[in-house]
Amino acid sequence: MAVAVTSAAPSRQIDWLGEHLPKIVLAPTFVITLFFVYGFILWTTFLSFTKSRFMPVLTWDGLRAYERLWANSNWWTALENLFIFSVLYIGLATAIGLLLAILLDQKIRGEGVLRTIYLYPMALSFIVTGTAWKWLLNPGIGIEKIVRDWGFESFTLDWIVQPDTAIYCIVIAAIWQSSGFVMAMFLAGLRGVDGEIIKAAQIDGASTFKIYWRIIIPLMRPVFLSSFVILSHLAIKSYDLIVALTDGGPGTSTWLPAIFMYKMTFTRNEVALGAASAVMMLMTVAAIMVPYLYSELRQAGKSGHG
Amino acid sequence: MSTKQFLLAGAAVIGLALGGAQARAAEEVEVIHWWTSGGEAAALQVLRGNLEKEGVAWKDAAIAGGGGDQARTVLQARMAAGDPPTAMQMLGLVIQDWAEQGALGDLTPLAEKDGWDNVIPPALQAIDKYDGRYVAAPFNMHSTNWVWVNKALFDKVGGPEPTTWENFQALAQKFKDAGVTPVAHGGQAWQEATIFDGAVISAGGPEFYKKAFIELDEEALASDTMAQAFDQMRAIRGMVDPNFPGRDWNLATAMVINGQAGMQIMGDWAKGEWLNAGKTPGTDFLCFRYPGTQGAVTFNSDAFGMMEVSAEEQDAQFKLAAAIMDPAFQESFNLKKGSIPARNDVPDTNFDACGKKAIADAKEATANNALMGSLAHGHAAPEAVKGAVYDVVTEFFNSDMSSTDAAKKLSEAVANAK
Repeated sequence: MAVAVTSAAPSRQIDWLGEHLPKIVLAPTFVITLFFVYGFILWTTFLSFTKSRFMPVLTWDGLRAYERLWANSNWWTALENLFIFSVLYIGLATAIGLLLAILLDQKIRGEGVLRTIYLYPMALSFIVTGTAWKWLLNPGIGIEKIVRDWGFESFTLDWIVQPDTAIYCIVIAAIWQSSGFVMAMFLAGLRGVDGEIIKAAQIDGASTFKIYWRIIIPLMRPVFLSSFVILSHLAIKSYDLIVALTDGGPGTSTWLPAIFMYKMTFTRNEVALGAASAVMMLMTVAAIMVPYLYSELRQAGKSGHG
Repeated sequence: MSTKQFLLAGAAVIGLALGGAQARAAEEVEVIHWWTSGGEAAALQVLRGNLEKEGVAWKDAAIAGGGGDQARTVLQARMAAGDPPTAMQMLGLVIQDWAEQGALGDLTPLAEKDGWDNVIPPALQAIDKYDGRYVAAPFNMHSTNWVWVNKALFDKVGGPEPTTWENFQALAQKFKDAGVTPVAHGGQAWQEATIFDGAVISAGGPEFYKKAFIELDEEALASDTMAQAFDQMRAIRGMVDPNFPGRDWNLATAMVINGQAGMQIMGDWAKGEWLNAGKTPGTDFLCFRYPGTQGAVTFNSDAFGMMEVSAEEQDAQFKLAAAIMDPAFQESFNLKKGSIPARNDVPDTNFDACGKKAIADAKEATANNALMGSLAHGHAAPEAVKGAVYDVVTEFFNSDMSSTDAAKKLSEAVANAK
């Protein structure tokens, strides 16, 4: 009613507001993000070129922090661990998530309950996951002890106390936490597949395996991208899980770059070195993400025009 | 009187009362610390009570989290915002770092009046003084080169107190033969470094320890003597149970208390666990020095760093510092915490057998110039160097690296961190 009786001038104002409202609403978030994310990225990058030790100082020190970083054997350990961890974690969490989603998608009974059960670990914090798995994997009180108490005296599951294998314990706990979430994403994707295509394939006599392998899984491409983006950033920034599960031990065998960064910056008065490691982490993320996103977005653009 | 008037009058009365309270508690100290649990919190309450008797209000800014990392972050933020507290709990050379930033005040007038120089051991003065002036008030000295022994088990396997490394190995073998884990150990970097403090003195003596860990001499760090210290670590690795990684220190102490293990190499905070379990030093458990370190003491000390404050706040700050250094307080605080007083004129009458021994050892070590800051607890070298030593020691302990490689790596890591 009110709109109907208003004259032309206020309606122009409303038009203006309608046009600009999204920008006005988004502006504070944009400014805050610009400052707190990109501003601090620049600040960290700058600090990595200074002599900062205890508190940030502005004395230029060139690439010294980077030289010290790459001369630090723990940094190499951290990178090696990051490689093992992210390849196994992203690969297995995606595979298990997809498998669970396909199995759940068979219109089985009690799907709602099962879905909740699988998704539930994601609701826990990594600290809880880490602590629970620390107890489970501890040879003295966990799975090894239970199985031995059952009478299998030679059963051994002591990965967590062996420096060579402790990193795999972190992979196991992380997969347990995340694969339910990946499953949920794939399940949503599977539900979006047009039933007509599958029916057509079935009429053509394709086996179920072939339908999945040739038709459905390739259709999941956007879900693969989303899960890759989410899992890979979880992998690179993973910190709390390791702190709770092994705290970097035994020895220094399960350090990851985020642990390195925190220890150097906040417990060892090595602000410049910590900043340098943070910049290297950012570069690693960028090196993986930028080409991937670029190619995906370009393809999306192409198919959109086509 | 209407309700409104009544309320207004009430508010005025409360306002007056508050104003009065504020006027009386004009002197106030605000303290950031992480003594929030058990004996430590109880010990701090004594200090609070003493100050309140003198009319100084205590504004507590406790930030839980054992190591104090969170507390430090808070202090960094408050310093950056120009709002320093009166004092902040600080450990070791961190005091020097803050002093270098110009964040700490000057207690020298008080220290001169109360004669701190005569009662605080020189090695501890070096921690609490920056550029010749006192910037922190120490509560205590913990000592790190201790071995805690289950007396029942020790009596069972027999033998004298091991004063040499060879005797220690023989004792460990006897425990092993008796079916007991010789050494209870928690596989965390700082615990391994705590043992390493003792091993370095045992292998090379106090002078070598100072050369390596206080002067950070590269030759000493890479030397054969250092390799011998690593040899001791390797031997201790063979004395622990396979399930040690990640275990907390107090769980390792519990293993010795319960008789699952014979001994633990740990600082004297472990004594608190024994006392809490209702055990008596001398009858239930024994305290030996790390074999080969008799007469030498590596210490760490809790202190309150005194921030640079305005002139009107300084009076309260001095009262706080004086209350910390008060001999009666030092005695009651350290009886609760298991450490020994930071001043050497407190009588040892009320301390238990291990406390008496610690006080006597500290005096002897001071006289021999063998009272030294613990590297593992940040009282010998800067945090970056301490961290580098942690990394090498813990990596060595958890791998099959050779001792000579470890010494070489130690020297490189320290050089890279300097």
